[in-house]
Amino acid sequence: MTRAEPALVVQGLYKSYPLPGGGRTTAVDDVSFSVAAGGSLGVVGESGSGKTTVARMLVGLVRPDAGTIAVNGRERTPGERGGGKLPRLSRPGGGKAARLRRAREIQIVFQDPYVSLDPRLTARQCLHGALRLHGRCEGEAAATRVGELLDQVGLGKREADARPRGLSGGQRQRLAIARALAVDPQVLVLDEAVAALDVSIQAQILQLLADIRRETGVALVFVSHDLAVVRHITDDTLVMCRGRMVEAGPTARVLDAPADPYTRLLLSSVPREGWDPAQTVRLRGELAAATRAA
Amino acid sequence: MLLDIENLTLRLPSGAAARPLLAEVSLTVGRGEVVGLVGESGSGKSTTARAVLGMLPEGASASGSVRVDGEDVLAMEPGRLRAHRSRTVSMVFQDPRSAMNPVRRIGDFLTEPLVRVLGLPKRKAAAKAVELLAAVGLPDPERRMRQRPHELSGGMLQRVVIAAALATDPGLLLADEATSALDATTQAEVLALLRGLQEERRQAGSGLGTLFITHDLPLAAAYCDRVYVMYAGRVVEHQPARGLFADPRHPYTRGLLDCSPALGDERELRPIPGRPPSLSDTFTGCPFTPRCPRAEAECESWTPVTVPFGGASGPADSGSAACRRLELVARSSA
Amino acid sequence: MTTLTAGALLPVKVRARRPVPVMVAGGFLALVVVAAVFAPLLAPYAPDAVDLSASLAGTSPEHLLGTDASGQDLLSRALYGARSSLLAPLALLALAALLGITMGTVAAWYGGWVDTLLSRVTDVMYAFPGLLFVVLVIAVFGDGLTTSVVAMGLAYAPTIARYTRSLALSERSKPYIDAYRVQGMGGARICVRHLVPNLSGALVGYLVVLFGEGLMSLATLSYLGFGAGSPSIDWGLMVQEGQDAVVQGALLPALVPGTAIAAVVVAFNIVGVWVSDRLGQGR
Repeated sequence: MTRAEPALVVQGLYKSYPLPGGGRTTAVDDVSFSVAAGGSLGVVGESGSGKTTVARMLVGLVRPDAGTIAVNGRERTPGERGGGKLPRLSRPGGGKAARLRRAREIQIVFQDPYVSLDPRLTARQCLHGALRLHGRCEGEAAATRVGELLDQVGLGKREADARPRGLSGGQRQRLAIARALAVDPQVLVLDEAVAALDVSIQAQILQLLADIRRETGVALVFVSHDLAVVRHITDDTLVMCRGRMVEAGPTARVLDAPADPYTRLLLSSVPREGWDPAQTVRLRGELAAATRAA
Repeated sequence: MLLDIENLTLRLPSGAAARPLLAEVSLTVGRGEVVGLVGESGSGKSTTARAVLGMLPEGASASGSVRVDGEDVLAMEPGRLRAHRSRTVSMVFQDPRSAMNPVRRIGDFLTEPLVRVLGLPKRKAAAKAVELLAAVGLPDPERRMRQRPHELSGGMLQRVVIAAALATDPGLLLADEATSALDATTQAEVLALLRGLQEERRQAGSGLGTLFITHDLPLAAAYCDRVYVMYAGRVVEHQPARGLFADPRHPYTRGLLDCSPALGDERELRPIPGRPPSLSDTFTGCPFTPRCPRAEAECESWTPVTVPFGGASGPADSGSAACRRLELVARSSA
Repeated sequence: MTTLTAGALLPVKVRARRPVPVMVAGGFLALVVVAAVFAPLLAPYAPDAVDLSASLAGTSPEHLLGTDASGQDLLSRALYGARSSLLAPLALLALAALLGITMGTVAAWYGGWVDTLLSRVTDVMYAFPGLLFVVLVIAVFGDGLTTSVVAMGLAYAPTIARYTRSLALSERSKPYIDAYRVQGMGGARICVRHLVPNLSGALVGYLVVLFGEGLMSLATLSYLGFGAGSPSIDWGLMVQEGQDAVVQGALLPALVPGTAIAAVVVAFNIVGVWVSDRLGQGR
């Protein structure tokens, strides 16, 4: 494996939310990692581990309380720290040009392809919109580029003029990927992007992502609860538990020879030949006992 | 046999669907058994489960039989059907949150069937409900009784739903993607719990049969005793779970395994091309032909029939698959 | 073969047909609109043609729906009355929708203090009886059709704002909106180009229902004497003018416009509910 310059460097990411009854809960606590250009990182953990919050901070949908996110050495963390007055739909600092520049650095594909596309727009219109927003090519050139993108994700003529409701789940996810690729991002975040798909379709999308990574050199951040999927398509893996990193390293090492008991717990839950689900219960018990003792 | 579905075919009026929802589905679940039913969306796995409850799609016509404890569900009177649904069979769905009334307490959710179906007095029902919650591994069950669904996590709620499903001591449990929405670890814990409960009942002499419906073939193969694989409304393969990983017979089963990523195995994923057929797709022959790597021209006109095969170590390994090429092999060896 | 029917489990296409009440209501509304547009051609008399000799006549071949106290033909007046009775609620709704949808969307999008402020304002408006508000406005600015339409529009805006806000809140949380944000699209553009258009189905249905209500409220205002005064004609005013005749035993002068109001309101309701069911659902 060749190690190129990091495309994405994340340092000391921290995010907490106020609780309804007062006090705060920490969603993400001191998370740091980097992804090489053209590399791929898996972020795994249970729900509530903070992995989705990390994904949303990467693309600017959630503003970190502390920490930095840099793409190709350039920091993209929005200026003002500590959460603004409008936390959920924060105004990104720096106006429209900076907003668009950040958009060209990192894009995201969401889990549920049934709600991640504008229901009124055809596939073609959807991609045109993304290109127009970024002032990428006009007229003839735009049409050509849309054709290339559709081709790249394996959507044909019929799908190009269909609205999302006329597309299957897998086709919608292909379109969502094409939309993300429209701005030539350096990093593509996939937030459980194959979890809602049929098994046979899931494999098609995974293969597509691997092909795209090879062809375009985009770095992938693959947020998933599915260790088997992560084992297959990532170089490095980061294991998160309750907002903290518990283990990180090359995927083959982390998932084949886990050092942390929490990683072992996660691995025990993956069904395989001769699988005993009671093992997970046992490991969870041991983990709880160890936490109490500590 | 606890559940015995024989040649169940379900058709919608023409215009609503181009092909039968279910085509000659045959399937059995014995007492104490966990039987997997695997398929992608549109394969008919949930429709099959609902048919066991006597819930057919509007306007559907059915042929064949669905027997539970020897009694045909499709021929039941409405009153008998209600009793059947509340006493004999229980169903656990994917999303526990939508299966529960959000404004009612956990306690009410559990005691209601105990009072209504078993006729227990209120106090006794409450005591039994606490017992049930403890049995499904919820800590502090008395406090849970007073809580409302939104105060519990998804995993805990699914335990509550399982407790309620087992409250009336049914013979058959239908688990329709019951653990699919849960974290993998929580899924393992809930499945370990179900295994334990099943074992308990077996020892108590009231064997519980489970039909475990899932899209996840490796999960079914790892968890169940026997597995049925469905495609386009048909059972395409049936065999003991332990044979599945090593020796899948139908190309679709093999394809599903080949495209499911697994730990500790570096092989390239081989996706099945195309997509699962919808209700508007029609077939002249084997429905898997367009996606099948081993299809031949004859497959396009071959009406699927179930071909039994014997296992390497006797009848315990035997199964069946609906593939023309298997039929050819079977014929030539006979 | 046994045929069984049980709970609807599958989306069968049969359900997509228009139900009979909707067809009837829709057809009726179409007729009313045609009647209003072509009133001058259809009406047998001029609406203000006084014929004292035929005062309070019942139905007859000359006057199909009878006449009022001044002997004016009720059919002709009802036809002409349809014009302002339909146009005024349209203007009212246009104003209310513009204000309400903007307020609701802004509240849902920006959240925080913007939402709190707008919610409080709409709460106050909501709690204040609409008709009383309108009467107050008219008391200050003087009566007339324009004043009552504008006042009514202001009174309706909070209702629409609330409804829009709740729709926009759930729409805003959908990932496709996030996707636009990640692409660097500004909030205003997302709202105008993508969010509000995706609410349009549910909103249009709601507005159709409100149209009926608005028509009713304006008729009430006219009836109370705050709306369009004579010589203009609308159904509310006709009911008011007709009520004296009821005492004299002639029901038609109040009944004809009253029935027209009731029928149109009910028809709008049926169509509106159907529209929001059809357009609001399904993606």
